[in-house]
Amino acid sequence: MSDVADRVRKIVVEHLGVEEGKVVEGASFIDDLGADSLDTVELVMAFEEEFGIEIPDDAAETIQTFGDAVKFINDAS
Amino acid sequence: MFDLTGKSALITGASGGIGGAIAKALHGAGANVGLSGTREAPLQELAAELGERAHVLPCNLSDRDEVDGLVKRASDAMGAVDILINNAGITRDNIFMRMSDEEWDSVLEVNLTSTMRLCKAAIRPMMKSRWGRIVNISSIVGATGNPGQANYAASKAGMVGMSKSIAYEVATRGITVNCVAPGFIATAMTEKLSDDQKATINAQIPAARMGTPEEIAAAALYLASDEAAYVTGTTLHVNGGMAML
Repeated sequence: MSDVADRVRKIVVEHLGVEEGKVVEGASFIDDLGADSLDTVELVMAFEEEFGIEIPDDAAETIQTFGDAVKFINDAS
Repeated sequence: MFDLTGKSALITGASGGIGGAIAKALHGAGANVGLSGTREAPLQELAAELGERAHVLPCNLSDRDEVDGLVKRASDAMGAVDILINNAGITRDNIFMRMSDEEWDSVLEVNLTSTMRLCKAAIRPMMKSRWGRIVNISSIVGATGNPGQANYAASKAGMVGMSKSIAYEVATRGITVNCVAPGFIATAMTEKLSDDQKATINAQIPAARMGTPEEIAAAALYLASDEAAYVTGTTLHVNGGMAML
C-alpha cells in the first residue's frame, strides 16, 4: 500500500513540480496541485507505465485526487 | 535547414502521387519513413527506390481496427513516430441531392475519422517525448467548396477545424498540428483530363499551371521541421494563387 502511494507521489511531484507535502490523500490534481487537463492525461500515462497496468479512459476520468489514483492502482494490481 | 535526421515519419497514402513525393522529401531530409497505403505493390516499389530507412506498412483506413494498430506497427518498425502525415484521402463525387449515405460515410470515415484516430494514437508518445509534428493534408475545396464534392469538402474542412483544436491542446508539449491545402496538383488523376479540360483549369489559376506533388511535399517538409516549431494550427495553402486565403 505505502509502496504504491510513494511511487505515485514521486510521479506526481516530478510531473507537476509540487512539494511532496502537498500530495496528500484528498489532494485534487487540478484544484490543489495545479494540473491542467492534459497533465491529468499524462499522469495517467505515467501511472500505466510505472505499474504496468491499463487505465481505460472512463476509469481515468474518475481519478481526480492522489487518493483516487492510489486506490485505483491498488485495486488494479 | 529542415534536417530530419533521427526522426521517424509515418505517411498515409504513400502510394499516391502527393504521398509518395512527401515520403521522398522527408526521406531525403534524413527521416526514417513508414509508407502506408491500401495497395502494397506501389509501396514496395517506393521503398525499394528509397533504400534504407523505408518501411512498408499496408493499412486499410476504412477499417478502424487496422487504423488503431497502425501507429504501433510504425513505431515498432521505426522506433517511434515523431512525424505523422495524414495524406490519404478518397473521393466519391456526386451532386449533393443524389449523394448516398454510403458515399458520405465512406469519405468521412477514411478522410476525417481515420485522421482523428491516428492523431490520437500518435500524440500519446509525442507528449511524452515533448516533440511531435502532425501535418494533415487538406484541400483547397475544404475552404472554397466544390460542386459534387460536399462529402469531400466537408471532410477536408473538418480536418482544418480538428487540427486547430488539437493544436491548441498540445501546443505546450512541443507538438504542432498544421494542414497543407493543395490546389490543383498534377497527379495520375489529373493526367486523365483532356487538354481542353486542363486549359480550363489553368485559366482559373493565377500561376497558369497545375502544381507538382513536390511543391506540396516541400510545404509538408517545412511544417515537419524543427524550424517550424512556432507554426501551429495553421493551414498552408499551396495553390498557385487559385484561392488567396
